[in-house]
Amino acid sequence: MTSRPFLGAFVAPATLCALAFVAALAAVMQYSLRAYVPGSLEPGGFTLANFAALMKPLYARVFLDTVWICFLTALFTLIIGYPLAYALVHARNVALKSVILVIAVTPLFLGEVVRTYSWIVVLGNNGFLNSMLLKAGLIGAPVQFMFTEFAVVTALVHVTLPVMVIMLAAALSHIDRDYERAAASLGAGPIRVFLTVTLPLSTPGIIAGVTTAFAWTFSAFATPQLIGGGRVNMVSNLVYQLGFASFNFPFAASLSVAGLVLTFAVLALMRAAAAPLEKIGPH
Amino acid sequence: MPRLPLQWRLRLLGGVTVSAILGFLLLPALVVTLAAFNSRAILSFPPESWSWRWFVKALAYDDFQAGFRNGLIVTGWASSIALVVGAAFALALDRYEFRFKRALEAVLLSPLVVPHFTVGLGFLILAAQLGMARGYGVIVACHVVLVLPFVLRSVYISLRNLDPRLELAAASLGAPPHRVLTTVTLPLLVPGLVSGWLFAAILSFNEFTASLFVTAQRTQTLPVALYNYVREYADPSMAAISVMYIVVTATLLILANVFLGLAKVLNVEHPR
Repeated sequence: MTSRPFLGAFVAPATLCALAFVAALAAVMQYSLRAYVPGSLEPGGFTLANFAALMKPLYARVFLDTVWICFLTALFTLIIGYPLAYALVHARNVALKSVILVIAVTPLFLGEVVRTYSWIVVLGNNGFLNSMLLKAGLIGAPVQFMFTEFAVVTALVHVTLPVMVIMLAAALSHIDRDYERAAASLGAGPIRVFLTVTLPLSTPGIIAGVTTAFAWTFSAFATPQLIGGGRVNMVSNLVYQLGFASFNFPFAASLSVAGLVLTFAVLALMRAAAAPLEKIGPH
Repeated sequence: MPRLPLQWRLRLLGGVTVSAILGFLLLPALVVTLAAFNSRAILSFPPESWSWRWFVKALAYDDFQAGFRNGLIVTGWASSIALVVGAAFALALDRYEFRFKRALEAVLLSPLVVPHFTVGLGFLILAAQLGMARGYGVIVACHVVLVLPFVLRSVYISLRNLDPRLELAAASLGAPPHRVLTTVTLPLLVPGLVSGWLFAAILSFNEFTASLFVTAQRTQTLPVALYNYVREYADPSMAAISVMYIVVTATLLILANVFLGLAKVLNVEHPR
């Protein structure tokens, strides 16, 4: 490196932010190892009791449910997101492209509460879906959509779709069209071109999209809280409940740490499972 | 001849699929708009009579007003700090090799995958341990960390699209580094900076989960106020607020698309 003007000035503020973040995570870790003193906000001495309590079936169940919901959400988001990303990248009409892009991206910026509330209005007992089904005579009485895993996953798919579309579209748009043209000129039909060229080459986008969707779903709070209504619980709901209803911050912290470890473990597993796939992808 | 019908059928199938997906994305927004203009306090579809009353009620509600003001304070500080920090770091990432470069990048991008409730809980505990009051400082710090990855990404992408010869030309004509930076690099980065700031601002204004942990009654931001409202009341004021939210956000994004080229900013365009 010959000259690096302003290096210190460029890096120092970012380092400060990184340190603040690391300190916050360290605070959670430290609390997770402290004893809970009922009636006090101050934690007690160091202990492993919190992590031992995590093994109780009640909590293990919530972890399993959470991973299952995250998995379903990531899967459906991928299935729904792929055609949209493909259309976004391959649309020739500029206006159509803009329409798809704005509709696909806007939900990302609406915030969880507004989106969740909107889904309550759609799925509630006297909500839109039930009203329409009743009017059409398809059902005799309102169907209970709320407080079901179906409703939670539907709303979560809606929440994670924009990120998935952005990541898939980024991968799809960087595939050299000449590969697709070469396959087509050699006689492959459109379906074959897609399955043997486009799809494998978009693997990095799929991996990035699925892992991010998984992590974002894990992080969701308002959706399972309001749409799950206590009957579909995720780790986030448990952490909040323990922190703000029983003020058991040490146990809330240990749940957070376990959640963090689980997220990273699942992400690492997904990356490892996808590694052989990526080899077929871009050289 | 057999290939043409297949292509045509695929096109039709694709069109129908994409329309259905766009319909799924738009459905909640359309339904909530119907609900907002319903004059009765109980949901019914289609509404029997229409009115603006829920918009008036929502705008007059104290908690929403306070939440909006608090949100502006937090968002103003958080997005601006994130912009400066993120842009500077993106420049360093793009230009220089330095110690702990990869580690620092990984830490700063990790809030993308670390659950927001963990981040919120962390800042809450940290503030308590440092003896800080639950004021704006903690909320702003927390938001800066959460929105930084988006600023980094958008500035970094526009740096990649920048022609380095322009800077070399300026330098070869005798401009010292600070002049190259202020007269060539930064002006060329404006679209990336504006979109990075815009993303950061929208995301910070709407951040909920972490905010729920770090805000207090006095400092609660709009999403927290909205959440508390939804838990207590069921009238369509919330639908009215949602409609305003959707309209403002969509308008900002359409403007960003027209003036900045959203596809380029999000890196979803074919590099030509």
